Amino acid sequence: MNEIFMNVGFWVLGITAVVASLFMVTRENPVHSALWMLLTFFAVAGIFIQLDAEYIAAIQVMVYAGAILVLYMFVVMLLNPKSTGFIKVPAKVILGSVVALVLFLQFVMTLMGTGVIKSAQMSGMNLPEGLSNVKAFGAVMFTQYIVPFEVASILLLVAMIGAIVIAKKD
Amino acid sequence: MVLAIVFTLIKILIIVVCVLTGVAYMTYAERKVIGHMQVRLGPVHTGPMGLLQPLADGLKLMSKEDMTPDMVDKPVFYVAPFLGMVPGIAAFAVIPFAPNIVVADINVGVLYVLALSSVGVYGIIMSGWASNSKYATLGSLRSSAQIISYETAMGLSILGPVLLAGSLNLKEITEAQRGLWFFIPQFVAFVIYSISAVAETNRAPFDLPEAETELVAGFHVEYSGMRFAMFFLGEYANMYVVSSMCAILFLGGYTGPLLPPLVWFLIKMLAFMFFFLWLRATLPRLRFDQLMNLGWKVLIPIALANLLITSIVVYAIRN
Repeated sequence: MNEIFMNVGFWVLGITAVVASLFMVTRENPVHSALWMLLTFFAVAGIFIQLDAEYIAAIQVMVYAGAILVLYMFVVMLLNPKSTGFIKVPAKVILGSVVALVLFLQFVMTLMGTGVIKSAQMSGMNLPEGLSNVKAFGAVMFTQYIVPFEVASILLLVAMIGAIVIAKKD
Repeated sequence: MVLAIVFTLIKILIIVVCVLTGVAYMTYAERKVIGHMQVRLGPVHTGPMGLLQPLADGLKLMSKEDMTPDMVDKPVFYVAPFLGMVPGIAAFAVIPFAPNIVVADINVGVLYVLALSSVGVYGIIMSGWASNSKYATLGSLRSSAQIISYETAMGLSILGPVLLAGSLNLKEITEAQRGLWFFIPQFVAFVIYSISAVAETNRAPFDLPEAETELVAGFHVEYSGMRFAMFFLGEYANMYVVSSMCAILFLGGYTGPLLPPLVWFLIKMLAFMFFFLWLRATLPRLRFDQLMNLGWKVLIPIALANLLITSIVVYAIRN
């Protein structure tokens, strides 16, 4: 029973995420794109919850949907870009995409056959004994992955200083 | 399994009905309390002491004509009120009203509420943009800037109690306050939270997004009837959410002597709601640059310092 529930949930969320992201890249209006992106984020957060990664799901919504996308919307609204009208897709592009899609599917099928990648496991994470999700996350983040974590922090700091320098140029 | 689902649905239904009733009577309380503060009577004509006023208001809003201006972006214009209302009501899923009255007792309750409150801004941004009107756009731009700014301070101040309790679960945070309510050791965080909670819900003195005297009504100027009412429902539901969070994080949630837990929770929550009304009757609106300065140059640095000191103290005590 539970398994069926999980599978149905996964397909609903997965299809929502894929369809929403397709809409996101095909909309002419940037604000509509941003809204489809919002739906994508929510669907992905749902998948994270199914994988028992509730902390990541909450952070996904908070950071991507709550902060980054709001900033996009802000910029889009301030710049108010005019719609460029319907973009004609040349036949070459369509042909190229079909070929790429077929190649991609072959690639995936071959890899599935060799067992390098398996279908996603929906059974949840292996947590260390006696640690909740968030605590386990913190423990791993600040011991095993401390160097990448600090590097990422410095990268963000550099980007922030860069933005301030560019904005204050005159 | 099926029984569990039905039971959960019933619980959700009860809480939604209670929240909506609470919202309706909050509008009554607002008019009554501010009325008395300004030596007026407030609503008195509908029912005894005007108690049926919210009902009359609801009927009026429902029976009003639903107007859609010509130049709006229709799909976004229609979705926006829902996005404004749903996060406010959904946040009640994790609020522990009493030890056994909670719909979903999840481990990341604090983050869930923060995530939903950060999504709530979409209703405002989208309505402002879709309305295709100057006042609405200005209102929603102000609002998104304000909410992003104050969310940071609010998140940082919430981390103080979370560190003390050592958990993100709202029930565990409540239980950790059996001995001492967190607003005593975390007084700085409590003050920062109270200020940013008011700013986050766009209430006076931070109500720039809908500043009537300059922007007519701000982001919802083009909405009418029930769609307009949904923005109000969202705003008031959000007030209840931040009040509940304040009660849980700083005032010990449902803990307290003698009275049943639910009563204690409601007393604390409603006390904070009264604080909202009190502020509105007392303080003039801030200017926009003052608002930004307060958020970024005062609240966030103090919240960071408080977080640092709290972490050091908690680390010292635990080892």
